[in-house]
Amino acid sequence: MTVYLLCIALFLVGLYGVLAKRNLIKIVIGLAIMEYSVNLFLILIGYVRGGTAPIISADAAKRIFVDPLPQAMVLTAIVIGLATTALLLAIAIRLYRKYDTFDIREIKKLKG
Amino acid sequence: MKGMTVIVQKVTQIMCGIIFLYGIYIIVHGHLTPGGGFAGGTIVAGSFILLIIAFSSEFLALKKEETGSSILESSAILIFLVVASIGLLLGGIGIFFINFLPKGTIGNLISAGIIPIFNIAVGIEVAAALLTIFLALLIYRDEVIK
Amino acid sequence: MDWSVPLFVVVPLGAAFLTAIFGNAAQAFGRFFTSLMLAFLSGLTLYLVSTGNTLMVYQVGGHELFGKIPIAIYMVLDGLSIYLLLIINIIGFFSAFYSISYIKKYTSEHYYYTLFCLMVAGMNGVVLSGDIFNLYVFLEMAAISSYALVAFGIEREELEASFKYQVLGGTSSLFILLSIGLLYWSTSTLNIADISRVIQENGSSELITFVGIILLTGFGLKAAMIPFHAWLPDAHSSAPSPISSMLSGVLIKAIGAYVILRLFFNMFVISYNISLVITVIGTISMVIGVLLAIGQWDIKRLLAYHSISQMGYVVLGVGIGMLVLAKGGDRSLAAFSIGGGLYHLFNHAVFKGLLFLNAGAVEYETGIRDMQRLGGLASRMPITTSTSLSASMSISGIPPFNGFFSKLIIIIAAIQAHYYVLAILAVFVSIITLASFLKVQRFTFFNKSEENWNLKDVYVREVPFSMCFSMICLAVLCLVLSVLIVPSVRDIILTPAVNVLLDSARYSTTILGY
Repeated sequence: MTVYLLCIALFLVGLYGVLAKRNLIKIVIGLAIMEYSVNLFLILIGYVRGGTAPIISADAAKRIFVDPLPQAMVLTAIVIGLATTALLLAIAIRLYRKYDTFDIREIKKLKG
Repeated sequence: MKGMTVIVQKVTQIMCGIIFLYGIYIIVHGHLTPGGGFAGGTIVAGSFILLIIAFSSEFLALKKEETGSSILESSAILIFLVVASIGLLLGGIGIFFINFLPKGTIGNLISAGIIPIFNIAVGIEVAAALLTIFLALLIYRDEVIK
Repeated sequence: MDWSVPLFVVVPLGAAFLTAIFGNAAQAFGRFFTSLMLAFLSGLTLYLVSTGNTLMVYQVGGHELFGKIPIAIYMVLDGLSIYLLLIINIIGFFSAFYSISYIKKYTSEHYYYTLFCLMVAGMNGVVLSGDIFNLYVFLEMAAISSYALVAFGIEREELEASFKYQVLGGTSSLFILLSIGLLYWSTSTLNIADISRVIQENGSSELITFVGIILLTGFGLKAAMIPFHAWLPDAHSSAPSPISSMLSGVLIKAIGAYVILRLFFNMFVISYNISLVITVIGTISMVIGVLLAIGQWDIKRLLAYHSISQMGYVVLGVGIGMLVLAKGGDRSLAAFSIGGGLYHLFNHAVFKGLLFLNAGAVEYETGIRDMQRLGGLASRMPITTSTSLSASMSISGIPPFNGFFSKLIIIIAAIQAHYYVLAILAVFVSIITLASFLKVQRFTFFNKSEENWNLKDVYVREVPFSMCFSMICLAVLCLVLSVLIVPSVRDIILTPAVNVLLDSARYSTTILGY
């Protein structure tokens, strides 16, 4: 049970990074930490006590396997996170070029 | 951007081929060992990116590289879609994504129907996509510095 | 016709990557191929509606049920899905046709069409998926394409709006993934029909209610409900205009309102507390959206705030139906209310899409978005003025346009269910919507402006043919859609969608077969 609570704590650390930091890159890193914590949580759900890697080999009937479905989910979620982070960083680089600062208190041309 | 020191360049010359082969091993054995398309594709892309970082980026014609890897990425996805849709057309059953090649004995390299083909297509696609992202950011940075 | 279900996802994906390969060499390839592909999909959807066969369950990979466990990935086409598919493909076709002329002002056109096709593929996938993790993957595909499309013309405001949109949208997607993990933990299955069966057998524990709240948070942000609306004005006003019409007209419905309907009616057991929360959120969105909208002077920002308000109408109509069902009341009243909400969904897609295309036409010709500087355009841009007049009358609820009928149904349903406060608020919001659109029409088209449209470098005249065609077709659709009230047409299109939501507990039996 403590493992799952630690995952939620890591999620909250990432959320603090997104909410409270002023630098654009720190916001991106906070979002990445949140995403890693959710992936970790998904893998830990599928743990079976005493299980091994879920690959079928010749002596498949005698073994206990861990749950393979969360592993497939996490593979996809990691790639989605990669796409999100890459797009965020590309936009952050172009924002730096236009506004000459990474500080979000300066980048507020859109108001109201 | 500037390259790195002579030690890094010599070690890269030896290692990048080995990393590339390791990535291909993980892609092709995706149905026998953990790994598969995504993980292997990332390792293959890592070997190319290592080359570009160790040697400086003036060595290569980066724009042509980026166009080439972008076209490779799109073609890999199209191959994936065509193989997945073959099941729709043939066989009389007409089911999308069906496993229509013969499945051999468990544990052989050539077995499990169309899954190795999907692994290879996804591996090429992920490697090309990561390389395109890296080259796009690098080209933008070089243009800005100039 | 079972094999046509995966086509809705495969055809846009193939078109997107073909455009990416060939678009660099032949710029015209991307333009016409995208419009052609969306016309084909719209035709396929209309054909499927006309054959009347409204339930198709497609198992990807052909794996049948293993014992009693569904092991394949399911794609489900039922009444609600085909209703949303109609909206996505038809509005998508008109936006793609409009952008043939509009995007010529931007660079690297072929990437625009690639991202557009990917967004349509993602939305079609969300609407068709019967598996909750597959829904998340397609949702991310549509959302990431929309983040890139908002930042397409690389100006300062567009980049800032896209960054804000991405951070908020990314956080909500992570909430959704967390709730999918918790749901898998408690029910050990990912199929929506199977989860519904397990929840009905075991009863609602506190974990399931907690998951429902997190899902409402995540998808509420995608559907732009108050208090999760902060990204919408910036993102929808800074995007290129055909993308604004797609985002406001289709995206917040396909990945926001549709998923809330599917999950809270068909997956969770309808409970009174969640229905109350959904209705209250809908009412607050409706009121605060229009109060924030009336003070704006930028056309697209005003239209974006009105999107929040009209989505509040939809959620209010559906929420009243959910409350009536939760209290075990009259089922025909619930059907009436949910039908009103769904009808307003289609109407809002049409008239809001048309309004954003009009704003884009004004910006294409004059380059100005500030209403205080515009004016006197009625004689120079007749088609834009008349279609904008038609859309404004539609959104304000003036008969015989379609907005009147759907708002009337929602107000009558609120009165019949004895929620008099909600009915009075709905009427009040409708009056303020009328006031703000009178303001838009007067200041943009009919006033005398200080600018002299003749002496500027660019002579202001009517927009090119492809933009006119889309606007005229959507304006005609505004009038034609009022025919959906007629019972014979309603039974083909609207009633299957309402019945899917009404027989909420029988979804699992229909899909799984036991």
